[in-house]
Amino acid sequence: MTISTNQLIVFDNVSKFYGEILGVNRVNLQIAPGITSLVGPNGAGKSTLMNLMTGLLRPTRGAISLLGIPTDQPEQLFRKVGYCTQFDSFPRGVTGREFLNSFLFVHGYDSKRVNELSQLALERVNLVEAADRKVAGYSKGMRQRIRLAQSIAHQPAVLILDEPLNGLDPMVRAETIALFRKLASEGLHLIISSHILHEVDMMSDRVVLLNNGYIVAEGNIHGVRDEMEEHPMQILIRCDDPAKLAAYVFAQDHVVEARLHEDRRGLFVKTRDADRFYLMLNHAVAEGKVSVESIAPVDDDLSAVYQYLIGTTGGSA
Amino acid sequence: MSSAIDAIETRSKPAFNWSLWFRQIRAIFRMELEKNFLSRRSILIYVLAFLPLFPLSLLALVTPPGNEWKDFNQYSIIYSIIYNGLILRTLVFFGSAWIFMNLFRGELVDRSLHYYFLSAVRREVLVVGKYISGLVTSMILFTTTTVVAMLLLYLPHFYSQSVRYFTEGRGLGQLLTYAGITMLACLGYGAFFLVVGLFVRNPIIPALVLYGWEWLNFLLPPLLKKVSVIHYLNSLVPMPVSEGPFAVVAEPTPAWIAIPSMLLVTILVLILAAYRIRHMEIRYGSD
Repeated sequence: MTISTNQLIVFDNVSKFYGEILGVNRVNLQIAPGITSLVGPNGAGKSTLMNLMTGLLRPTRGAISLLGIPTDQPEQLFRKVGYCTQFDSFPRGVTGREFLNSFLFVHGYDSKRVNELSQLALERVNLVEAADRKVAGYSKGMRQRIRLAQSIAHQPAVLILDEPLNGLDPMVRAETIALFRKLASEGLHLIISSHILHEVDMMSDRVVLLNNGYIVAEGNIHGVRDEMEEHPMQILIRCDDPAKLAAYVFAQDHVVEARLHEDRRGLFVKTRDADRFYLMLNHAVAEGKVSVESIAPVDDDLSAVYQYLIGTTGGSA
Repeated sequence: MSSAIDAIETRSKPAFNWSLWFRQIRAIFRMELEKNFLSRRSILIYVLAFLPLFPLSLLALVTPPGNEWKDFNQYSIIYSIIYNGLILRTLVFFGSAWIFMNLFRGELVDRSLHYYFLSAVRREVLVVGKYISGLVTSMILFTTTTVVAMLLLYLPHFYSQSVRYFTEGRGLGQLLTYAGITMLACLGYGAFFLVVGLFVRNPIIPALVLYGWEWLNFLLPPLLKKVSVIHYLNSLVPMPVSEGPFAVVAEPTPAWIAIPSMLLVTILVLILAAYRIRHMEIRYGSD
């Protein structure tokens, strides 16, 4: 079955330069419905590609359309597209609900519909109870979720998410991934950027690998997963008692290394099986063994994985 | 998941969807007005708006020595001097600079402009919504100052004479004219500063350049005088003040030319702002 360009996200020979600096170069891409992950090390061009897709940046060369709509027509584009950026900033002084409502009003909805849509979005990201608190008092994970709610509140057909799982604790992370899967099953396009291959593995139907502004590879996730299994992943856990957590995790066979952070308020863990590690951490939190503040994979180690996947020379599309 | 999209899509089909644009402008206006009046940034504007009232309040308590302060007929000249130097050239100028530059520049600093850019709204509509919010804010604050300053000057010293002056004499007409000039100044300076905030990373410098140009207007030859906002505003002042012995005298522009000219320039500047915002990229790092 052929899919028309009105159902695809199309990059036609797109390049973006910031003066002399390359953002992305000669990108030709067609993205079909389902979950597509943009993967690559920091600085690979993932956010640039997403900002180009949503008109926050303009291509130096080439053209982009989403479901047949060019990106320089925001009034039509954002009826169908939602974008959760990495910018962790908000209008001053707003509560979570006010934040959602105010931009739904800007879309042009009436009060009744605004209230319905914002409530629905808050329920989807599990933030109803905190909705009437000021966003400035939210934790990082809550801020991430309210931004996610804002991007899905107008019920778009294409959802673009830049590092959407950053700052979320393991439980919320799992819930959010389940939400993405549900949205994809409803027929949405989900474009997700990540530099965490493990997340990509859990979510995606398809990956686009970027390096130094070029698309290095694209295709099915299984190929990437096979490459990953051999390579341990390093995770930094910020918690109240890292020493206790170290003793706990080190008993697990999939944990290769556990090392205290210099400030003694965090723990680096290297694991061969991130799934099992996250599950184990969930148990530890649920049993009250440790109180986790944040959890984030560590870049240094990931770049080694990317080096392995994409080779040291990079390459062009 | 598509019901909300379809519902609004059917309404957005026409090329000129005025009712949608009106709703969007109203939504933007409400958000911006709240920011203009209630955010921490607005403290400075309140201080600025009430600054001219402070010396006038002192004046209400104590009459300074000098015969002109005891002569009711001199008060329209005294007010004209205060209005010209303190209210129009200082308060309205810097107040408008602060309010209008922050409409976009402030959001770039706060890194929150992208939320507007990621909404289903034409960027031109965004410019209009923001501009109107700035206009209403500046007009409310600075017109209030204009009116209160005038009443504060007249009423405490010559109460019964002043009441008659405002109810039966030329007072009310003058009061309304000054209020109108203030509004026109907000309109013109507002559009200028809105655009400056869009084009220039540090808007203080162009603001100071314009401030100097406006202050030195009295020295400019008649043709160059017309390339300024203050020339047209001064042409409308009911009681013109002397600009000193070095001033180059030029015919004031009649109101029927001055007002439409200001409106026309404002519209042109707003079109420029709309063009700029239409092509604007969000790169907070470089802003």
